[in-house]
Amino acid sequence: MTSSTTRYKTLKDMPAEDYLAPGNTLCAGCGGILAVRVFHKALGPNVAWVNAAGCMTILMTYPLSPLKSNWLYTAFASAPAGAQGVRDALDVLMAKGKLPKSEDLKVVVVTGDGAAYDIGLQSTAGAIDRRLDFYYLCYDNEAYGNTGFQTSTSTPYGSSTKTTPATAAFPLGNTSPKKDLFEVWRAMKAPYVATLANSHGVDFLRKVEKGTAIRGPKLYIAFAGCPTGMGFDPKDTVEVEKLAVSTGIWPLREAVDGVVRHTVVPRSLTPVREYLRTQERFRHLFLPTEKTEAIAEIQASVLAYWKEAGAREGFSVKSPDA
Amino acid sequence: MKAQLLTGNRAAAAAARLARVDYIPAYPITPQTEIIETVADWVREGTMDSKFVQLESEHSMMTAAGTASLTGARVFTATSSQGLLYALEMLYNVAGWRAPMVLVNVSRGVAAPIVLEPDHNDVLAARDSGFLQFHSETCQEVADLVLLAYRVAEDRRVMLPAIVNMDGFYLSFTRERVTLPEQEAVDRFLPLYEPLNPVRASRPVSRGSAVMEGFLYSYFKYNMHAAALRAKKVFSEASREYERLFGRAYGPVEGYMLDDAEYVLVMSNSFTSLGRQAVKRMRERGVPAGLLKLRMVRPFPTEEVAALLGGRKVVAVFDQNLAPGFGGIFYPEIAGALYHVRGRPNAILPVIGGLGGKQITSKEMASIFEAMIAIDRQGKTPTPIFLMRDDELARVKKIVAMAEEGR
Repeated sequence: MTSSTTRYKTLKDMPAEDYLAPGNTLCAGCGGILAVRVFHKALGPNVAWVNAAGCMTILMTYPLSPLKSNWLYTAFASAPAGAQGVRDALDVLMAKGKLPKSEDLKVVVVTGDGAAYDIGLQSTAGAIDRRLDFYYLCYDNEAYGNTGFQTSTSTPYGSSTKTTPATAAFPLGNTSPKKDLFEVWRAMKAPYVATLANSHGVDFLRKVEKGTAIRGPKLYIAFAGCPTGMGFDPKDTVEVEKLAVSTGIWPLREAVDGVVRHTVVPRSLTPVREYLRTQERFRHLFLPTEKTEAIAEIQASVLAYWKEAGAREGFSVKSPDA
Repeated sequence: MKAQLLTGNRAAAAAARLARVDYIPAYPITPQTEIIETVADWVREGTMDSKFVQLESEHSMMTAAGTASLTGARVFTATSSQGLLYALEMLYNVAGWRAPMVLVNVSRGVAAPIVLEPDHNDVLAARDSGFLQFHSETCQEVADLVLLAYRVAEDRRVMLPAIVNMDGFYLSFTRERVTLPEQEAVDRFLPLYEPLNPVRASRPVSRGSAVMEGFLYSYFKYNMHAAALRAKKVFSEASREYERLFGRAYGPVEGYMLDDAEYVLVMSNSFTSLGRQAVKRMRERGVPAGLLKLRMVRPFPTEEVAALLGGRKVVAVFDQNLAPGFGGIFYPEIAGALYHVRGRPNAILPVIGGLGGKQITSKEMASIFEAMIAIDRQGKTPTPIFLMRDDELARVKKIVAMAEEGR
């Protein structure tokens, strides 16, 4: 989608129609629900959401629903297979003339990172292999948020979680690197893969818009600022997400038929320190004394990432030290 | 229609085609594979109007089956053993969604150790899931019970999924005479599936919503229970119509030489035919022997069991399954059904046999009746029988010695 063909030029182009009623059971300042809201705006009304266990699951507490569209909760490991059943049933019923085409739906899997990166990865791989025509929206808060913030394979290096707490013996908390799910999905030859941030609404809307023109699996990973788990004031969600992008920690990118392009390039990188400092989960990196080595390591990996991406795509970013 | 020779697997596939199923999510496992290979062939040849999709696991297969059913498709699938257990989480979900799809389980013992031949630990692991369960003795029953299962599952008074069980190898790969009903008559018996509140653009629904409090959860669970109990009446209505249309009658249980029987053996699935032979032989010896076959396992035919087993001298429950640390799974269900019956049997003998498809000789079958008679005469408390012959034990010893030698 070139800028001349998109309907989204500025944030003012955000569709006014809301498919999510105000007021729900999620935490104040939840970046996940914000992503769902914007995603829905871009998709329009006819949607079947297929959910796996996670924070979004409690959106539907019988008999209440804040959604104006369909919702199916499946299980932790198999939301993409649930999407398969809905898509296939719609297709076969329409093909047999049992269902008018006007009843067609966009089928969207919505899960957190626990389902997307860990327990549901096999089911996702199956759906990608079968070229299932669906959307996958992962709201990524980098831990098992709904159960109280335990580590997932999306948890970044240096984050303290409930199962990798920072202690005297383990001063850095989690020391495994964050899995690059974007690259995992791309390697499976999904026709469209993108990352999103709520702080970059136009980029977000354009990517969803682009997906609507593509048949097959369309996979989105949205940074989901999580005041409760990451530990910051609920009013700061969008600010934290903005910092994740400007520090280069959360690259905004897309891959169309495997070809990667960074859609927002932070030309002059903000020091990662600025981002890390905003959240309780990184508090141990600053107290009682600043763990300069670990912070430098995080900074170096971010720089290495952007150097490589820039070399491939022909741009350069300025290191915060420069 | 003329009778033909069909394996249990082919009979299941043929019944699914007669039921005009819309959707078949599948995943292969021995000894079920012939079912999904057959329907895959038919769909690709254009002789079956269904969508066939191979998933990447039974867990996903059951998820897709459930959501497709909620979207308004008539859904068929099949699995076995480990596959059923891998899908077990979803069985509870699909039943809770009240998605009336039909699953054929081809029984096979559950690992470890790995085995290919049948026992019923697999299907009985699903006994508390909310799926209705119908167990088959013959390939003919497989075909008929699949059609009956759709009719009962989709009834608005029930709206629960159903499992039709057959034994691996003994039915799945064994050709028997099967008469398939005519399509036109099946269409009258089983009209097109009319989903209740399906996933739709024009009228959105929420399915699988959370309930946060125990009283609401209890309400929905009691509801499922009530629906499963209603399935008894619905099944007998359906089977009366089935008999009228196709000439074959199916009750929730089936008695064999029960009239004046004093020693009754309770069995299920394909090994029941061994029990019938044994009863016949005992009768030739003048022993008032009889047999009760369980066909409907969920809902459990408590009243029928009570009515047909009350007043007998001794009952033996043949369990082709084992709950280690307890014994057979059917045993307490039968005992529970009989506890409040006036003139209940003096003793109920637990028998475990046929695990992993272990063969049973007529002598072993006769020994069950002999044990019943001895218990009756001596007024003893029955001790469980675990079938294992001396020649088999000798082979076990030899093989174990071989394993020891290699250490």
